Amino acid sequence: MKRLWTFIPAAVIAFSMTAPAQAQDGATTLKKVEQTGTFTVGTRAASIPFNYLDDNNEQSGFAWEITQRVADKVKEAVKREDVQVRPMEVTPQTRIPLVANQTVDLECSSTTHNRERENQVSFSTSFFIVGTRMLVPANSSIKNWGDLAGKNVVVSAGTTAERLLRKLNDDRKLNVSIVLSKDIDNTFMTVDTGRADAAMMDDMVLYSLIARSPDPKKWNVVGDVLQPEAYACMLRKGDTEFKELVDGVITGMMSAGQMTKLYNKYFTSPIKVRGGFNINAPMSPVIQDLFANPNDKVL
Amino acid sequence: MQYSWDFLIYFKPSLTGEGYYWELILQGLGRTVLLSLLSWVLALSLGTALGIARTLPVRWLSLPAAVFVHCFRNTPLLVQVFLWFYVVPELLPSEWGTAIKRMDPTLGQFLTVLIALSLYTAAKAAEVIRSGIQAVSTGQKQAASALGLSGSRSYRYVILPQAFRIIMPPLTSDFLNVFKNSSVALTIGFMELTGQTRQIGDFSSQPFEAYIAATVIYTLVTFSVIWFMRRIEKSTRIPGYWGA
Repeated sequence: MKRLWTFIPAAVIAFSMTAPAQAQDGATTLKKVEQTGTFTVGTRAASIPFNYLDDNNEQSGFAWEITQRVADKVKEAVKREDVQVRPMEVTPQTRIPLVANQTVDLECSSTTHNRERENQVSFSTSFFIVGTRMLVPANSSIKNWGDLAGKNVVVSAGTTAERLLRKLNDDRKLNVSIVLSKDIDNTFMTVDTGRADAAMMDDMVLYSLIARSPDPKKWNVVGDVLQPEAYACMLRKGDTEFKELVDGVITGMMSAGQMTKLYNKYFTSPIKVRGGFNINAPMSPVIQDLFANPNDKVL
Repeated sequence: MQYSWDFLIYFKPSLTGEGYYWELILQGLGRTVLLSLLSWVLALSLGTALGIARTLPVRWLSLPAAVFVHCFRNTPLLVQVFLWFYVVPELLPSEWGTAIKRMDPTLGQFLTVLIALSLYTAAKAAEVIRSGIQAVSTGQKQAASALGLSGSRSYRYVILPQAFRIIMPPLTSDFLNVFKNSSVALTIGFMELTGQTRQIGDFSSQPFEAYIAATVIYTLVTFSVIWFMRRIEKSTRIPGYWGA
């Protein structure tokens, strides 16, 4: 027993010392693909229109197409045509650990690039910018943030929206009752059943929720954009070689006008979800600016 | 593996401005314990009544008890919580439904899970109690009648005291399960220990540390439950009975 007690601290110390060392000399993504012949990419089931399963049960989406182009480039870079692209479904909770532990090589969906996440993973050049806004019933009196005073507002727990709502509530003394929910669908259900007067989320997610709802005319997206956020692809931390490759694909698409075409395909024309709906969100000036001046900044 | 560990994360302030991460964990623990203990008290009382009802020869008592037990024991707790939270308020008269939905959100979530967890656990406890009553030998029941004890008195003085001693081990499991099952509360947004853990993982991008803390805390909680139940078991043991 005594021996065990000396062993445990020793093992912990040894483990904590070897962990960072491993991180430094770990094989790069491209080397791994070259050796194993597989390139694992993260997929999402319902992150419409970024990465989702469409009506034919096929993976589709704005970010999914970027993933495809990166995969083609990877095949070229390792000079192996037989590289298999293996999709692996991730959730908002699993995506970071799976990229950090090298199960997933690339994850492009609706993942915000922020400082905390940089501890675990690296981010590519941003490919999209969203802003947090509100979903309210069409007949609601809520038009902007100030109208939330004394109301129930729902947010998905652990999101930027929750952070912003708490700050807004403190700064402007709005006395909002914050309702937390597990995920996007539960958040929508909470406002749909009248438990909350408004839901706060990324605007593009709100548009796609409305488009998927049984009666899209029932809903409005209101409120000024509080804080823009950049979506980017996640890859393993410190792999500059692979980051350059991904960045090259994204900036290349932007300068060649392919990114704008892709935008129109997913945001202003019908997509294959619920028999073809149109999100109908014309490109905002911030996104136009991003496509003209690609960068990987945290907003 | 390329994860960067940071065990000091617990002592960093939360991004939401609600205090330090350890405070959030503590708050989650408080909610878990309060929810579980209250549920257990309610479940044990209701479960005892149901368990006894199921062993009675009176059909209008035993039948409803059996129906209740089957409904609540044979469906997933997750589904039940969901029904209580999202569906039941829609089925009630609209003023009641609205009143429930306009309640303080955290209180509303707490009460919903409390009801769901209590009823679910009561159904399981009822089965344990019934089997305990049936495990008391028929000789004991006949002896109670022979002494001239009425039905309720023979339960009160002869059958139940023995039955409860017999079922201590399975009852301990049920008590432990209440703590573990209370984590379904996060599915309707009640931030108990698992919910807070998930949230800390999301905000700090240090999910492993957050879940390690939760694992350790759940283990400590369940160990203290086991310790507490063992003490009751020991102090109520009748020497020479049931292999003791």
